Amino acid sequence: MIEVKNVSKGFGEKQILKNVSHRFEKGKVNLIIGGSGSGKTVLVKCMVGLFEVDSGRIEYDGRNFSEMNFKERKPIRQEIGMLFQGSALFDSMTVEQNVMFPLTMLSDLSHQEKIDRVNFCLQRVNLPSSHKLFPAEISGGMKKRVAIARAIAMNPKYLFCDEPNSGLDPKTSIVIDELIIEITDEFQMTTIINTHDMNSVITMGYNILFIHKGEKWWSGNEQEILKSGNPEVDEFIFASKIMQHLKK
Amino acid sequence: MKIFFHLGRYWLFMASLFGKPEKFSIYRRRVLEEMESIGVSSLGIVTLISVFMGAVITIQTVYNLVNPLVPLYVVGLVARDTMIIEFSPTIIMLVLAGKVGSSIASEIGTMRVTEQIDALEIMGINSSGYLVFPKMIAAIFIAPFLVLISMFVGIAGGWVAGELSGVIPTTDYIKGIQYQFLPFNVTFAMIKTVVFAYLITSISSYQGFYTDGGALEVGQSSTRAVVYSSVLILIFDYIITQLILI
Repeated sequence: MIEVKNVSKGFGEKQILKNVSHRFEKGKVNLIIGGSGSGKTVLVKCMVGLFEVDSGRIEYDGRNFSEMNFKERKPIRQEIGMLFQGSALFDSMTVEQNVMFPLTMLSDLSHQEKIDRVNFCLQRVNLPSSHKLFPAEISGGMKKRVAIARAIAMNPKYLFCDEPNSGLDPKTSIVIDELIIEITDEFQMTTIINTHDMNSVITMGYNILFIHKGEKWWSGNEQEILKSGNPEVDEFIFASKIMQHLKK
Repeated sequence: MKIFFHLGRYWLFMASLFGKPEKFSIYRRRVLEEMESIGVSSLGIVTLISVFMGAVITIQTVYNLVNPLVPLYVVGLVARDTMIIEFSPTIIMLVLAGKVGSSIASEIGTMRVTEQIDALEIMGINSSGYLVFPKMIAAIFIAPFLVLISMFVGIAGGWVAGELSGVIPTTDYIKGIQYQFLPFNVTFAMIKTVVFAYLITSISSYQGFYTDGGALEVGQSSTRAVVYSSVLILIFDYIITQLILI
């Protein structure tokens, strides 16, 4: 479980996050949604330590992450997997080397054990025969799956996904969503997804945090969000014609 | 005031390189890879430039030494000292600032804008140490070899040019390059080379590491890396020369 308590963050004069508090549940897919520039990416980056919070705290199962230094954060960081919007695979490495990278850098496994783990992770994301390909040689959907395989290589307790569906066709988006749901359940991870994909909201919105102008505006699940009665939430959710049609 | 911001951030960046490596064996392998990337792949351009530098120095020295009282072997001496003291360490390192510096800045800059550095940091890896430290060690170690090769090839190029154009006989040239040779000049050149190698890798890595934006900014970082490295090489060339030779 991850808890965000009264987190504020600004850049210069501009306040991006204002006193945001929320609890992200273990073994569930938790969503952070909001319009562009609402502050959801900044919140995720604060949670993983890429940005430092100005005030408030971030707790990983009761461990106060925001007050730790680089060295103290290391054990927690090794429990975190992250899927980036652009996949962030290392260009100079093959698919196999990408997935093996965290194992090589951070574990004491033997070479054979690392190979076995890489095979397991690639199998798990349905990429059993792409080991020797480079990121430039695979499609966007495959890159996301390799990134998921790398994210779960160290058997993380926490999985962060920054817009996992961006740039993917609807069918591949569904595959990625289903994969995230499956691995979250299988490994009992605390998964946090930053998205504005409505299909993801409806499919996996067990615990949704809606951020608006840097504030926690609304929270609930996928059923509640459709009838929240909150004008900003409705404006966001029913922006597309398909959703408007569904509402009718 | 911005210069103080960059100076402060540069030194913090340098300090961050020296964290305990996650695994020594990985760093060792990365140093070897970088030595190949920075050193071996630059061998061709270094050789080519050095041959022609030596050739031009020889012919121009002959052209300028019209006084019959000055013995012809002085041409060899001038070619040798010019190559060893200045041209090999400074010009070759300026060339490397262009080739290696832009490559380092664009590689690290691209990693920054495509979130690959963020991925390293989230894994708990010291990203600056992992990416930059091996490049720096590799450059500091391999650059002196490149400069030594440049000295040798440049002096040989001078001899070939002298022989082909017939402006200086081989015996005079050989006598010149042996005449009053000071081994300290090579040491001096090596000191300069190590300092320049450090400047190129640290400045280029700094520019790449703090790239913010997209493809345009990566290009700008790469350009800044080359310009700042080159300017600082020239400034430090003057400082080191004055400190050591005067």
